[in-house]
Amino acid sequence: MNSDVFAQLTAGYDGVSPARRNLALFARMALIRSFERKLQELFSRGRLPGFVHLYVGEEAIAVGACSVLGGGDKITSTHRGHGHLIAKGADPRRMMAEIMGRTTGLCHGKGGSMHIADYSLGILGANGIVGGGIPIATGSALADRVLGRDQVTVCFFGDGAANQGVLLEALNLSAIWQLPVVFICENNGFTEWMRTSDITAGSIAERARPFGVQSATVDGNDVLAVQAAVAEAVGRARGGGGPALIEAQTYRMLAHNEGEEAFSGQYRPKEEIEHWRGLDPIDRFAAVLAEDPDIGAKELEDIREAAARKIEAAVEYAVASPEPEPADALTDLYARAGA
Amino acid sequence: MPSIYMANAIQAALAEAMAEDPSVIVLGEDVELSTIGATKGLIDKFGANRVRNSPISEATVVGSCVGAAACGLRPVMDLMFSSFLYIALDQVANQAARLRYMSGGQVSLPLVLFAGTGPSGSAAAQHSENPHPLLMSLSGVKVVFPSTPADAKGLLLASIRDPDPVVFLLDLMLAGSRGEVPDGAEAIPLGQGVIRRPGTDLTVVAIGSAVPQALTAATELAHAGVSAEVIDPRTLVPCDWPLIFDSVRRTGRLVIADPARRTCGAAAEIAARAMESCWSSLRTAPVRVSWEDVPIPFSPVLEQAVTVSSAKIRAAAAAMLGAS
Repeated sequence: MNSDVFAQLTAGYDGVSPARRNLALFARMALIRSFERKLQELFSRGRLPGFVHLYVGEEAIAVGACSVLGGGDKITSTHRGHGHLIAKGADPRRMMAEIMGRTTGLCHGKGGSMHIADYSLGILGANGIVGGGIPIATGSALADRVLGRDQVTVCFFGDGAANQGVLLEALNLSAIWQLPVVFICENNGFTEWMRTSDITAGSIAERARPFGVQSATVDGNDVLAVQAAVAEAVGRARGGGGPALIEAQTYRMLAHNEGEEAFSGQYRPKEEIEHWRGLDPIDRFAAVLAEDPDIGAKELEDIREAAARKIEAAVEYAVASPEPEPADALTDLYARAGA
Repeated sequence: MPSIYMANAIQAALAEAMAEDPSVIVLGEDVELSTIGATKGLIDKFGANRVRNSPISEATVVGSCVGAAACGLRPVMDLMFSSFLYIALDQVANQAARLRYMSGGQVSLPLVLFAGTGPSGSAAAQHSENPHPLLMSLSGVKVVFPSTPADAKGLLLASIRDPDPVVFLLDLMLAGSRGEVPDGAEAIPLGQGVIRRPGTDLTVVAIGSAVPQALTAATELAHAGVSAEVIDPRTLVPCDWPLIFDSVRRTGRLVIADPARRTCGAAAEIAARAMESCWSSLRTAPVRVSWEDVPIPFSPVLEQAVTVSSAKIRAAAAAMLGAS
């Protein structure tokens, strides 16, 4: 597959035939997977400053959700945010440059993995504070509501953040003001190194009910199921029907952060990881698409290879980019510095 | 020129800003009713879409201001008491003060967090805080601390028009004070201090309610033949360092009257910078008149014992002149 065809597949979903739409979903998931696997390799070789939280195994949630958003719609992301950004259209080259701390990075090397943002695409930032994006997404939706804009904000957060008080505050606030915000909890089973079920009462999705907020639980490893659930919630929010909470159930295939083996030990059974490997969202979707006589396994393999090449190019771009000057640390604090 | 209360000046600035810019909204606890009157009547004039009573959820409401500011609004949130800022500290310190910098300057966050601040008479430790020293050290939020109704109006207009997050502190000890506010008062740029009273023997830099206290002290000192210059920085971030340094170089003596705890207070920073920049002009060590390093107590006797007063400022100045 040449790079132009892959670029077309990952350019957007508008005006694309249904068969190609599914291929586009697959291509976007493959691109995220390649990005994350490359980061895993770079980290293990000591090539990254700082540390990274990888999204392997959760790609269907970001891609399914963002596939129903328009250019004016916004997202907030998390410390495990690379997938959300790529799904919303961020340039992997400038993301890779950011993660390597280069001037060509989306944030000129001031943010890094946990804080990448591209406001021009409605990406209001990854966030290093667990639950940090929840109030921000609520405010983004408030702006749309006050200004009468036909836009929606999707707030990605994890099962760990579901135990932050701001989630309950934001469900209340967005309900009383009928804000166009869709909260998507990516329940990957683990809060850092703790099993979430051990430290979480009841169901996360059910937390919406007492606020009168619509909620749903969805298989987070099924991209079409995620897409359908988010499409319904986004459509309702866009039409003035208020907020929604979707719990997408998935599994964290990799570490909380790369390098955890230095201290974490074996904190979950190998069989459990193997079980979820059998539910891999990309392999599952590939199996569905391969049945389509217009697609076939060969095209899917070509897409995976094209995705890997695109990420190799992103690494080359980042490595060739300059480091910032020390004096750059003193810029960008205020829009108007004043006296 | 009409003489009005602080809260009326705030209300006038809000009404003016909302009339000139439809992206300005006001939200917070009881902004429709308005306990001190700062937001009174705005809902009748501008409607429920732009004036919103919010639940007591400081973290999420402050965080919503951050998100709204990133997406085209200019929110002004009334926190009622600045002590409540601590409930929302993640949103102030990790979000509002960080998102522009961390994104490499991609986003502006034009929001104003407005709060009554400081001791107001037996409100005790959870309703008497002055958080300006903490906010000064954050880097990323501007800090406004006016001492007159005219400054309150002009600085609030500037704060709302400013592209960055601003914490606007209204000293509750000044809430009952009146002052003349010119009709059609203009915005006062952030970062411009003012000499409230010129003098030659020593400089008193005073903040918020310490400004009128310092002026009282200066009047009394004048009777004793001491000429004190009183400087009101008005905004602490940005701070008008040239104005302060110029005065210190002229007088050679510095007293800082800061309504905050002594340790790492604004006075500590002002003293340190004056020593770094004006060392050769200083005749004696700068002196801080600040709170004792304790929470504000309830009893009127105890509250007075630990806070700043004109008598303490006068005594510090007199001792400095006697000692030098």
